[in-house]
Amino acid sequence: MEADCVLPSPRQSSIPKLSIAVVSKRDYPTRSHTVSAEGDAAGAVKSDDSLEEHAYDTISGGDWLCDQDAVEVFVKEAPLELLQLEHWGCPWSREPDGHIAVRAFGGMKKRRTWFAADKTGFHMLHTLFQTSLKYDPITRYDEWFVSRLLVDEGRVQGVVAIELMSGRIQAITAKAVILCTGGCGRVFPFTTNANIKNGDGMALALRAGAPLKDMEFVQYHPTGLPFTGILITEAARAEGGYMLNKDGYRYLQDYNLGKPEPRPVLRSMELGPRDRLSQAFVKEEQKGRTSPTPYGSVVHLDLRHLGERLINTKLPFVRELCLKYQNIDPVKELIPVRPVVHYMMGGVSTDIHGATPLAGLYAAGEVACVSINGANRLGSNSLPECLVFGARAGKAAALFAAEQKEPNPVVLTQAADEQARLWSSFLRKTGGREHVAAIREEMQAAVEKSAGIYRDGRTLLDATSKLHELQERYADLSLDDRSNTFNTELEAALELGFMLDVGESIVRCALHRTESRGAHQRTDFPSRDDQKFLVHSLVYRDPDGSSRVEYSPVKITRWPPGERVYGAPQQPSEEPQAAPARRAS
Amino acid sequence: MADKIVLEIARYSPEQDVEPRFETFEVPFRKEWVVLDALNHIKDKVDGTLTYRWSCRMGICGSCGMMVNGEPKLSCATFLSSYARNGNRVRVEPLRYFPVVRDLVTELSDFLGKLKRVKPWLIRKEESPLSQGEFRQTPEQLEDYRQFSMCINCTLCYAACPVVGLDPLFVGPAAIALAQRYNMDSRDQGTDERTIVLAHPEGIWGCTFVGECTRVCPKHVDPAGAIQQYKLKSALDWVKSLVMPRGHKEENNSGASADA
Repeated sequence: MEADCVLPSPRQSSIPKLSIAVVSKRDYPTRSHTVSAEGDAAGAVKSDDSLEEHAYDTISGGDWLCDQDAVEVFVKEAPLELLQLEHWGCPWSREPDGHIAVRAFGGMKKRRTWFAADKTGFHMLHTLFQTSLKYDPITRYDEWFVSRLLVDEGRVQGVVAIELMSGRIQAITAKAVILCTGGCGRVFPFTTNANIKNGDGMALALRAGAPLKDMEFVQYHPTGLPFTGILITEAARAEGGYMLNKDGYRYLQDYNLGKPEPRPVLRSMELGPRDRLSQAFVKEEQKGRTSPTPYGSVVHLDLRHLGERLINTKLPFVRELCLKYQNIDPVKELIPVRPVVHYMMGGVSTDIHGATPLAGLYAAGEVACVSINGANRLGSNSLPECLVFGARAGKAAALFAAEQKEPNPVVLTQAADEQARLWSSFLRKTGGREHVAAIREEMQAAVEKSAGIYRDGRTLLDATSKLHELQERYADLSLDDRSNTFNTELEAALELGFMLDVGESIVRCALHRTESRGAHQRTDFPSRDDQKFLVHSLVYRDPDGSSRVEYSPVKITRWPPGERVYGAPQQPSEEPQAAPARRAS
Repeated sequence: MADKIVLEIARYSPEQDVEPRFETFEVPFRKEWVVLDALNHIKDKVDGTLTYRWSCRMGICGSCGMMVNGEPKLSCATFLSSYARNGNRVRVEPLRYFPVVRDLVTELSDFLGKLKRVKPWLIRKEESPLSQGEFRQTPEQLEDYRQFSMCINCTLCYAACPVVGLDPLFVGPAAIALAQRYNMDSRDQGTDERTIVLAHPEGIWGCTFVGECTRVCPKHVDPAGAIQQYKLKSALDWVKSLVMPRGHKEENNSGASADA
């Protein structure tokens, strides 16, 4: 089995003689976690907005850890990619005159966020997938689980994957591979992330020799439902929702985020950035001003004043989720919420073309770190990031593939090695006392305790040794399931192996960064330290299994590091403008 | 409220079983738990071989459809407490009418093929350059097709449809609703291309309008309504072809629809 290129963008099929394989561990491409993204997609198109303002909001939101050349490319190309999806049929919400509608979002000074009600990720993914069905050169390997990258002579030449239906373990060779596997929220116990978000691509890259960048930056979203961790989108606050503590007080005014106004004010209060809102929750909790529940303490999101009509048109999925999963109606009741692990700013290190330092390996989306998100991602930047850097990685990988010779047959022996490993470690193993779920739970507890919203050196050091212990116990794993047919326990074991590597990378980078910046808050080093840490962390895995952290400079083009100011005096925002969309060119 | 609930789960492993059998598990009964939480409890604490699909646990990825007490359901959106009065027993089986791979996992490739056949993408006579900006579409025009765009491909409607059970070639509710999603989109010009596939005994004319598809849909898509709309259009086209045979042919050749 062979493919020139494993990549996501159907537009690249116009390049002659390219055969494209899409390999997914799920049965159907729309099971991917993008489908859950309720929040929206930023692209500056309205006449009162500019690319510079979108770039500045992104860079200040990221606490100056973003690479500014990447941000400039991103804000410029985002509107084009969003428009391309419109041409492919994406059902974007509209102004009365038929132009694209935009709304406010956290940390953004202008209304620039495109939306498809509150199911934007769902509609983007379905549009992209349905459009891809037009293109015959795309071959899908649905329910093939990738367990290893094939590398020879310093170049990635394919993957080894298990066909879940049959248990067949096989090489899929390729001249270039693009990782689009998303994030790793399941390393934590309480997350909005789907069960499939295990950092697979990050661990695959790390094991193959590519570095992971800025892994200490983990985003907590301030509004998750307790118990399930289901996300209540930031759009609920953008439409005017209030955050209330147990006394019904809009507590964000006590945390340098501006003064409460009846209507939403951009870059202020409830529309502050996610890191600051999640940190404010912890402070409120410490003051005893949150409400206890069996699943941790909560504050409340109040949408009641928005009225049933607005909630039904702009936030229908929020209402559906509250009714179905929390048994409350936001039209009449307060929504209990607490911060929940949501997004990984870090990931496989890439340049602005999606290329990793390992030849033939590309990455795009949450799995990658370009970095446009720096120390804290702004809501509504991640969906267009997938589009912009997915397209760029696709193009770069296609050009690279066109110049490569056929994969070296030597990589097939690596596939045989991998089969032997899977048999001896799992499927045909004798002995072993440990179980997947027990190690997973202990790992999640250790990572949460040490690398949560606030961190300190001692706890991180403890977690380092705990994770080391868990790695040793992982080697003593025993599976109940030895079947070749759809072995989901084998899959869970391999995912656990990935998560242990990713969790270790997070803790190690967090331990070494002795400053506080964006989503990385050290109680023992509470200030930002630009002298020492205006740099990206790069964690490498050496062939002997040990890891090391190095640093590389942040690219500053036009915006020197400054203070992050939110809630500065501004006019309350107006109703959405019906200004015509700027012509894309 | 009892503190335990019993799940009777259909088990089948092609390497061991000649036919499916039921296995009974007693699990803690918690009011927050959905059927999927109970399955995860069994897999993590009792029997690691239990096999099923799931991902988002928020009713949007469409992976975790199963028969729960004989009804097609998303197991992530079906609370155990709904079955507390049913003698505290919940029967969980794979979705009906699909070949079973193992336990609760079914084979979906036939469904995927059917979806592709209805050409579920925007068809234009000519592509417009991006430099011309967006296609204008008013909120009312969006509303015309919006509900048909909500399908999550969970296939519950196939497991509910008696025609799917009788005729495996029937294109089925979700695929027809998806065709209608594009037909009703003011930007699309491909209605006639899709009608060639759908105005067929295995297309819309296979449907006997039982309406079960619409009833079980967790996203309130109305496939039965889509099929009825389509039958009406198809019948009118047929009448038109009798009255104005040449005119109809030309319209087919152009590939354009009236809503462009």
